[in-house]
Amino acid sequence: MSENVTKTVPGLAPEVPLSLPEPVVRTLPNGLEVTLVRREGVPLAEVRLSVPAAHADRAVADMAAAALFSGTEEATLTEIAQRLQGVGGSLNSGADPDRIAISGNCLTSGLPELLAVLGEVVTAAEYPDGPYETERSRMIDAISVAENQPEFQVSRALDARLWGDHPYGHQQPTAAEIAEVGREAVHSLHRSLLHPNGARLVVVGDIDPEQAAADIEKALVAWNGAGDPRRMEPLPALRPGPVVLADRPGSVQSAIRVAYPAVERTHPDNAAQHLANLIYGGYFTSRLVMNLRETKGYGYSPRSRVDHSPAGSVQLASVDVATEVTAPALAEVIDELRGMAERPPGEEELDLARRYALGSVKLATATQAGIANYTSALAACGLPLSWLAEHSERLRQVTVADVKRVAAERMNPEGAVTVILADGGQVTESLSESAEIEVQ
Amino acid sequence: MTVATIPAPAFAIETFRLGNGLRVVLAPDPGAPVVGVAVVYDVGMRSEPEGRTGFAHLFEHMMFQGSHNVGKAEHMRHVQSAGGTFNGSTHIDYTDYFNLLPSNGLELALFLESDRMRGPAITEENLENQVSVVKEEIRVNVLNRPYGGFPWLKLPPVMFDTFPNAHDGYGSFGDLEAATVDDAQAFFDAYYAASNAVLSVSGDFDLDTARGLVERHFGDVQERPAPVHPSFEEPDLTAERRESYVDDRATLPAVAAAWRVPDPVADLEGFLPYVVLGELLTDGDASRLVDRLVHRDRSAMAVAAHATFMAEPFASRGPTVLLIQAFLSPGGSVDTVLDTVRDELELIAGGVDEVELSRVKARVAAQLLRGDDSVMGRSRRLATAEVFHGDAGLATRFAALLGEVSAEAVSRAAAAMTEQRRAVIEVVPGGNQ
Repeated sequence: MSENVTKTVPGLAPEVPLSLPEPVVRTLPNGLEVTLVRREGVPLAEVRLSVPAAHADRAVADMAAAALFSGTEEATLTEIAQRLQGVGGSLNSGADPDRIAISGNCLTSGLPELLAVLGEVVTAAEYPDGPYETERSRMIDAISVAENQPEFQVSRALDARLWGDHPYGHQQPTAAEIAEVGREAVHSLHRSLLHPNGARLVVVGDIDPEQAAADIEKALVAWNGAGDPRRMEPLPALRPGPVVLADRPGSVQSAIRVAYPAVERTHPDNAAQHLANLIYGGYFTSRLVMNLRETKGYGYSPRSRVDHSPAGSVQLASVDVATEVTAPALAEVIDELRGMAERPPGEEELDLARRYALGSVKLATATQAGIANYTSALAACGLPLSWLAEHSERLRQVTVADVKRVAAERMNPEGAVTVILADGGQVTESLSESAEIEVQ
Repeated sequence: MTVATIPAPAFAIETFRLGNGLRVVLAPDPGAPVVGVAVVYDVGMRSEPEGRTGFAHLFEHMMFQGSHNVGKAEHMRHVQSAGGTFNGSTHIDYTDYFNLLPSNGLELALFLESDRMRGPAITEENLENQVSVVKEEIRVNVLNRPYGGFPWLKLPPVMFDTFPNAHDGYGSFGDLEAATVDDAQAFFDAYYAASNAVLSVSGDFDLDTARGLVERHFGDVQERPAPVHPSFEEPDLTAERRESYVDDRATLPAVAAAWRVPDPVADLEGFLPYVVLGELLTDGDASRLVDRLVHRDRSAMAVAAHATFMAEPFASRGPTVLLIQAFLSPGGSVDTVLDTVRDELELIAGGVDEVELSRVKARVAAQLLRGDDSVMGRSRRLATAEVFHGDAGLATRFAALLGEVSAEAVSRAAAAMTEQRRAVIEVVPGGNQ
């Protein structure tokens, strides 16, 4: 159908080197670590605050985060929201097993106002009765919806299977757990946990770092309170076993999740692992996508990723497929995983992944929001933004032998944990022909 | 109370047209060593033929299946090997293809987009494969989750009577399976002419170099006439329309109501107050409906309003709507929520406080600017401004134009949203009951 104009694919112009901004790092007298990055572009500021929260009760932490902006002695929920809106801003907070995180943005000119609001809520959030009750019932309602989302359901089953009694094993509180959380418990958690010692604040944007530092000091100088440092214990080793089948009657798709071991960012194998993961399923031109999507049409977005969290790292392959192809799709996911060592990539396949990885660092740090997110995520693992430059150099050194070795050591089905969320009545029989199944 | 003044983005824009009719938008910005390349075709779900629901989106998938000098999956391979990412998306009134790469990949991206502008290589085998992929996409996004397709697929058939406006743009499985290679050829011939497209490049590049590369790769794309865009106009509602359906996976009642608004292209001035009104109603805890429905009455757990079905007020034609959707608390009454919305609209019709309006405008401006943080977002927005408004530069002035909307205009917009002009779709929860 096309006009048959034959052309040669052009090559690339000379590579433009990665240029990362130089963050200004300060520690306030109250212990808050502040990282400021000037990145011109749009006249906005991105703000990320992360407070360590290991071993906090998950339901209480979720409620503290949800109701953090519900009011102080000085201001109502509506007044707080109006102040943020007036500078084009918003702030949101959430909790996970490691931290309570607040993130937001505003017009650069409004940064002092947004920081003032931030300072007021971290020092003086009151969790007033009425707004607190509203947030709690909203969260209970939201959980009832989430519990019908396949992604939420399979994540919950996978976390429990992978991590058991470790705090990562129960990341999503139930509605019943939330219903039990009174505002006294939230107050108590706020007092014991929301303090600047160990917390990190990142501000990125079209800012003057010195001025922003002064604004931060002014807004957060009153934030204090001591607390013990919190540390999450390392993740336990994976325990391979039968395929866990989480039954979802009537499901028209099966959510297949295969987890396998990974090393942390600072491990010498991390760069090779990064590239091995890309080759397996970490980008479109990967074995999983070419096989499951482009050849067989089993699923819309087969993928594999490495999750680096403060307690440890894991790799995860995911695909949602039509119910009738569950067993053959699982077989392909497993075969491609085994194939990483048995049919290791050659120079060309490795180099393609390497160039993608190197470019991804440039793309991810090309925006204010991207720099803010990366700075914050790396800091959670104790690494500076400049780690990305060092990692890029290590990516350049990875050989095919490295990838083959890393794949053989960790990317094998015998060491993996598999969880499938599916209509059990439709898939149990076909899955049982090739694997041992444990129905939940 | 601090209310910020509204800044405008500062980057230069050059536009020109090639001999074959392709419109080109160049917006250089050396801020980061990356470049965004977008091609927007002026065709969307509204233009797909009867009996071929979902075809605009299926065709978007086929544009990734290769072209004369690019094999199947090679577009992705080339972009990714340059360290870049790519995607495409199908909308009600347009389809876009976009690439974000380190800046040394500019020529490669231009080559790839020009090659498929000459025509994708569609085979029976690829078509069958992508029909399967699209079906899985629909299962993920619509069929297998609570509130799938609510309200963007569920409300148009209540509101509209004609096929272009009312049909399911994701498509029925029957229509998708019936699609043929000949259908694809006909769709390409009708809508994928250079003269029906805009190429937009933003980011780190030299203007003269880029102009030369654009001419080299797109200059010899065949000249073909652009389609005449038919009017999709329908009469406004004169009596309320209301339907409901049971969603077996939903746990909370939900409702969406929509009102016809002035044409975003033909009557931009009349349309803009509705964009401001949507934000005034539901942007954050300070907004009218969140404050009233969520915090005071506790009759809804979430509420959102936006102009146009896909919340893209500057990338839509008419007929379109202002849409308000709410998720209710269990057992909540849809009628109560709709009555409260009516009451709040009446209050706004009675007058809007200037300070409140200024806050809302500051927030709108910040959100528009945030869309420009990435050169990818920027190149796509410039392209759609050129497609729909014939002026890429308008994309940098939307915040200022919204800033000029008067309190009286917002009040008039609210006053026009009467009960007899609205279309309502209600979700009855069937899950966990």
